Amino acid sequence: MADNNHGHGEHKSFYEEGGKGIMSWVYTLDHKRIGLMYLVSVLLMFALGGLMALLVRFELLSPGKTIMTAQQYNVVFTLHGAIMVFLFIIPAVPAALGNFVLPLLLGTKDVAFPRLNIFSYYIYVTGAIIAVGAIVGGGVDTGWTFYTPYSSGTSGSVVLMVFGAFVLGFSSILTGLNFIATTHKLRAPGMTWSRMPLFCWGIYATSLIQVLATPVLAITLLMLIIERVWGVGIFDPAKGGDAVLFQHFFWFYSHPAVYIMILPGMAIISEIIPTFSKKAIFGYKAIGMSSVAIAIIGFLVWGHHMFVSGQSQFASMVFSFLTFLVAIPSGIKVFNWTATMYKGSITLETPMLYALSFLFLFTIGGLTGLFLGALSVNVHLTDTYFVVAHFHYVMMGGTVIAFYGGVHYWWPKMTGRMYNEKLARLACALVFIGFNVTFLTQFVLGSKGMPRRYYDYLPQFQTLHQVSTVGSWILGLGFLIMVSYLLASLKVGALAPANPWGGLTLEWQTSSPPPLHNFEKQPNTKIGPYDYGVPIPPKKPGTLEGAVHGTSS
Amino acid sequence: MNILLQWAPFMPTAASHNAPNVDNLYGFIFWLSVVFFILVIGPGAWFVYKYRLKKGEEHQPTPRITHHLGLELTWSVIPLLLCVVIAVWGFWDFMALGVAPADTEDIFVTGYKWGWRFEHRDGTKELNELHLPEGKKVKLVMTGEDVIHSFFVPDFRVKADLPPGRYTSLWFEPIGVGEHQVFCTEYCGDGHSGMLAKIIVMPKDKYAEWLRVGTPLGPGETLEDRGKKLYSDKGCLTCHSVDGSRLTGPSFKGIFGNPQPLADGASVNVDENFIRESILNPQAKVAQGYSPIMPSYQGSLKEMDLNALTAYIKSLK
Ligand code: HEC
Ligand SMILES: [Cu+2]
Repeated sequence: MADNNHGHGEHKSFYEEGGKGIMSWVYTLDHKRIGLMYLVSVLLMFALGGLMALLVRFELLSPGKTIMTAQQYNVVFTLHGAIMVFLFIIPAVPAALGNFVLPLLLGTKDVAFPRLNIFSYYIYVTGAIIAVGAIVGGGVDTGWTFYTPYSSGTSGSVVLMVFGAFVLGFSSILTGLNFIATTHKLRAPGMTWSRMPLFCWGIYATSLIQVLATPVLAITLLMLIIERVWGVGIFDPAKGGDAVLFQHFFWFYSHPAVYIMILPGMAIISEIIPTFSKKAIFGYKAIGMSSVAIAIIGFLVWGHHMFVSGQSQFASMVFSFLTFLVAIPSGIKVFNWTATMYKGSITLETPMLYALSFLFLFTIGGLTGLFLGALSVNVHLTDTYFVVAHFHYVMMGGTVIAFYGGVHYWWPKMTGRMYNEKLARLACALVFIGFNVTFLTQFVLGSKGMPRRYYDYLPQFQTLHQVSTVGSWILGLGFLIMVSYLLASLKVGALAPANPWGGLTLEWQTSSPPPLHNFEKQPNTKIGPYDYGVPIPPKKPGTLEGAVHGTSS
Repeated sequence: MNILLQWAPFMPTAASHNAPNVDNLYGFIFWLSVVFFILVIGPGAWFVYKYRLKKGEEHQPTPRITHHLGLELTWSVIPLLLCVVIAVWGFWDFMALGVAPADTEDIFVTGYKWGWRFEHRDGTKELNELHLPEGKKVKLVMTGEDVIHSFFVPDFRVKADLPPGRYTSLWFEPIGVGEHQVFCTEYCGDGHSGMLAKIIVMPKDKYAEWLRVGTPLGPGETLEDRGKKLYSDKGCLTCHSVDGSRLTGPSFKGIFGNPQPLADGASVNVDENFIRESILNPQAKVAQGYSPIMPSYQGSLKEMDLNALTAYIKSLK
């Protein structure tokens, strides 16, 4: 095994092997290149969505008009939500990191259907262009949820925007299919289901939801288009439709979609924590199975978005109970991750800092979910800033933080370069602080009764809004620093060793970056992905090198 | 540090029968969350501190602890039981909130872009203000006129959506007298954040007086001030300009004391009585050159309001 650790110079990486020039990317079938193209795309989208978020927060610095009109504000927050959900979070972990890492983790050459893979990428790009085109073509002000009958009536290019989301759905479905097939068929010899890294379990569960739930979104959006274009009454009561029906359809997809967003985040954490604790993961089965449980129960809780919509009380009761049920597997995961660190040998490099931030933030996100799951309390809190804060703790504090943890974890593998660790820790700290300043305040705002999606607000809410806005600047600064050192690392970063963190999963058994076909020879699957606890060769003090475990069993 | 002394931190004033129930559960979840947060993050932080690789140290083999059924069961079953408690508790209060008692005063509410219309049983209509007598149980029967709106009173801990095309309802029993903010909490377009109203709970005698004459003038408020406020609140502004420009209806600039030609060829002198009649029964004397589309304000304006509007129109020289 040791020969793989020398990495550079011995064999070519996929960057060289796959050919040079733009065409080598456009026509590529290599999952690693496709993953990287996704990565660049979603990061661009994150920047765009983040800019919108900063604008929203800036506008809320003072009541009344600060920098834009109500009309503009509504367009901007719609863009923020739609871009972050459809163009960033949903594809971020599975399509970007998953594409790059999944085949490596499984010890295979590529995904099951490489052509389908590049096809999904181009569908994604098409969807993104259509959606962003809708922005240029005329503001959409419906919010990312497109609630009817508002969306059936409002001006602006709703149809185009919705069509964009419709197209993006196909990309999501095809990627899901591809990963399911890959996981079933292409695992390295010796990698049984119970030896599969937890990242793969998470992506597998996610793919199942993507394949099963996304078609419902497609149908819903199609019906919305039919209503708007041909005036068929489906959701608009003025045309004989049912306004609340849309919400059922929408959340039937969009609640599972929340799990499409969070499960991959959890999957990354399940990789980072054992690696940086040098310890066997605690409760492998519990973590893996809880992903599947979340995927299944996640389909049955959509009605908890609609407790005050006039839905029957009996339905609300059932949805409330199921909502609490789905909280349990998430709790189990958190406990198991914490237990993994017990008696570990913990180092706090940047990916681990992100994982710890995740534990902190996701726990708050989960616990505040209890407030919203309880029916009577939900009545007070729903559609206030409490909800805004809650889902940002789960989606951003959870998924986005985990995503950046993953980016830092696999950056050396993807680029062959190390980033500046000091700056990376600084950025992580800023993001963590900025995030809490921005969103903890919003829980308070919500409890006090501040409704969401408000352009203007009563004077008593001003101080908290201002604190939140300042938080968003800290957050923005953190990300700005991150972009700069990551980009700089491409030019000036130290060459990455094959296994900078001392991980045991298969991606660390090949050079950084890997060769075109991922592995020079069949990787070793004789031991499980987290079989730490065998004697460890010394780590050279002050360097990241050498911390590779004896993998002979 | 006074949040440590509160059972339900950050909640607004509790001003309805239902609010203390919600606050009890909110507080229970709040403090339970604090405990669980410590139970998760505490050990996590301790492990990171205790088992951190110190500078200059080398990785030592870690014990291979892979699972522990007892622990897994503990941290699944205990949270599950607590969740069941919360779920049942929440459902219990939710049912009480959903089923109105028989002796409520019913009021119709219409949400529209962008305002709230309230119709009392005696025909009194209000816009963006709802006056209620103290100690009365109230049920709101609500619908949306154009898109979905949502009626939210933080102080009462009640909220319900108003989908167009059907009725939804909520009920409450205010505690004491006072003013309570109403918000629209379902996004409804450009005026969403301005779609506010006030619920004003008054002592019984004051309420009876309000029913008769309307809201008494505030300190330092003149009749003209009140008239000006009503003029925009009640929507006169959308049809009658005050600067002489012609809208759907005639402008009021300088009309008082002057003759007004009517559609039937006659002419009247614009005085207090004509203004009053035009507001309550607009079709009685229709101004020449205008279509008779002005709605009657019979029932939705109190005696005091009529006086105020008349005084204001009179003041527009
Ligand atoms: C929907 C538009 C509309 C609204 C709202 C409206 N009006 Fe009118 N109003 C008219 C029209 C049109 C006329 C002329 C036809 C008529 O006399 O009926 C008129 C006539 C009048 C007149 C008679 C003036 C004249 O010179 O003949 C008075 C006084 C008046 N309105 C007062 C009010 C007040 C006070 C309000 C608000 C409480 C109000 N109106 C709201 C449309 C409106
Ligand atoms: Cu509204």
